[in-house]
Amino acid sequence: MQAVAGAAPATGVRDEAEAAPLAPSARLVPALVAVYRAQLSRARVARIPLLFVATFQSIGIMVLLRGVVDGGEAARSVVSGSSVLVVAFVALNLLAQYFGQLRAGGGLDHYATLPVPPAAVVLGAAAAYASFTVPGTVVTAVTGCVLFQLPMSHLWVLAAVLPLAGAALAGLGAALGLLAPRQELATLCGQLGMSAALLLGVLPAERMPAVIGWARDLLPSTYGVEALARSFDPHPDWVAVGADLGVCAAVGVLSLAVATWAYRRAATR
Amino acid sequence: MPVCAVRDLVKTYPAMRGRRGAAQAPAVRASDGITLDVHRGEIFGLLGPNGAGKSTLVRQLTGLLRPDSGGISVLGHDLVRHPERAARLLGYLGQESTALDEMTVALAVETTGRLRGLGAREARAERDAVIDELGLADLTGRALKKLSGGQRRLACFATALIGERPLLVLDEPTTGMDPVARRAVWAAVDRRRAERGVTVVLVTHNVLEAESVLDRVAVIDRGRVIACDTPGGLKEMVSDEVRLELVWRDRPPLDVPEVAALEAAAHTSGRRWTLRLPADRARSAVAAVTAGPAFAALDDFTLATPSLEDVYLALGGRAEGLVKA
Repeated sequence: MQAVAGAAPATGVRDEAEAAPLAPSARLVPALVAVYRAQLSRARVARIPLLFVATFQSIGIMVLLRGVVDGGEAARSVVSGSSVLVVAFVALNLLAQYFGQLRAGGGLDHYATLPVPPAAVVLGAAAAYASFTVPGTVVTAVTGCVLFQLPMSHLWVLAAVLPLAGAALAGLGAALGLLAPRQELATLCGQLGMSAALLLGVLPAERMPAVIGWARDLLPSTYGVEALARSFDPHPDWVAVGADLGVCAAVGVLSLAVATWAYRRAATR
Repeated sequence: MPVCAVRDLVKTYPAMRGRRGAAQAPAVRASDGITLDVHRGEIFGLLGPNGAGKSTLVRQLTGLLRPDSGGISVLGHDLVRHPERAARLLGYLGQESTALDEMTVALAVETTGRLRGLGAREARAERDAVIDELGLADLTGRALKKLSGGQRRLACFATALIGERPLLVLDEPTTGMDPVARRAVWAAVDRRRAERGVTVVLVTHNVLEAESVLDRVAVIDRGRVIACDTPGGLKEMVSDEVRLELVWRDRPPLDVPEVAALEAAAHTSGRRWTLRLPADRARSAVAAVTAGPAFAALDDFTLATPSLEDVYLALGGRAEGLVKA
């Protein structure tokens, strides 16, 4: 061919009848599973040291506060706050960093040139990061119960708290990472979010000024913390636990939807 | 019908506001009215130095970047209107591997196959086939970021091959590769072309590679196609010229009139002069510098037939950034 100099600008419309058939797209669930598997193995290689850091940080906080807090309400919120902090560290902070880095380094191009639904990439990565928090959260919660002599009989609530708080925080982390204009800002937002989860989650709510209390109400991890804290009661108020988890779920759906939108926006410019 | 038809493509990156202390970056017209056709079964090259606009063009072909104006049709599909179809028509190898770096080679290839729509069993079978074909079998369990640059590039190339597509768009596929890996890449490309008529659009700034593997080349400079032909056809444009390189021991003996006369035509880089001259003038220049005081000042000289680099320069391109390796 010659560079078709002077050729009439194409209208862009061709008879679609002569067009080659399109290869099938990847379907949502298999693609999600593939991303999940890949992310989990990535995380296993790259994130194990960080997971230790997250767990030791939470256990350290509990050990420190043990000298100050003497059982009761405060002990419950320290243990549940420290447990959910592990989720915030990995799902919010590390995922924000990951997506920020992926976007800055051109890594999103890889996914954007594959016929994969955006939701599969975001949900797969979020699910992988959330499930990676499971061992650390369980270890922290059990250690906390032992340290503060809290009953472990309702600790199974973690099985609901983890995925729901995980979804809410991972969605938030992914959205922050994908929306931040620069990689450093994504990292900063992730760190700030985790600090907020630390300060607002671990410290007992009743000792806080009103303004901070509102900020606490806005943070999705708070509802996970509250649900878990309530379960340490010998006779938990299951309606309240359910309501807290409901808020977590709603925020989770919302933040994952925002993250999916953010991915779509970041992948095609 | 061409596999890939680009018509009058324009893409301008907006001016960047200067930060404190940094100058304002002006708007850049990265694609400035590009028109070209790529036919079925061709290995079509985009040759030009860094910053010429090759990658911008490729990113528009793959639906990653929306053109300001113009048309792109791939296998009969309008990609300006439907950029999302690109992923179902072509396999793309970008310059970055960030998304795959922490995965093992096997998992990176298999996952990419799954995301390209293959079923679990198909993806595993194709993964093994591609890995064997490219000679990556010893590296399957290693994470990409633990591999050398060339090996990592080859693993990324494997991810572009899995889930066969009729068009492959490869952005500098052989960067950092040793000759064995390069051969594996070109053998894999040739096999797909022979067996299934696969078409390849390839970005390169390596002139030797361009001469040896490409069927046709579009030479790109400052967002424009300045020439498009077979490598042989392009070289014919400058076939009456030869390249004379002179390396002086210390400084050129400008007191010799013949040398002084050559100075204006020379492209100088340190002690090295590069001249593009008609054959008869080159012959007399060689005679002049290989005798008397000029020869005493001469360290080395070479006389060569033109390469694609000479074509590029003759067409007014900037030489910097083209690689001869």
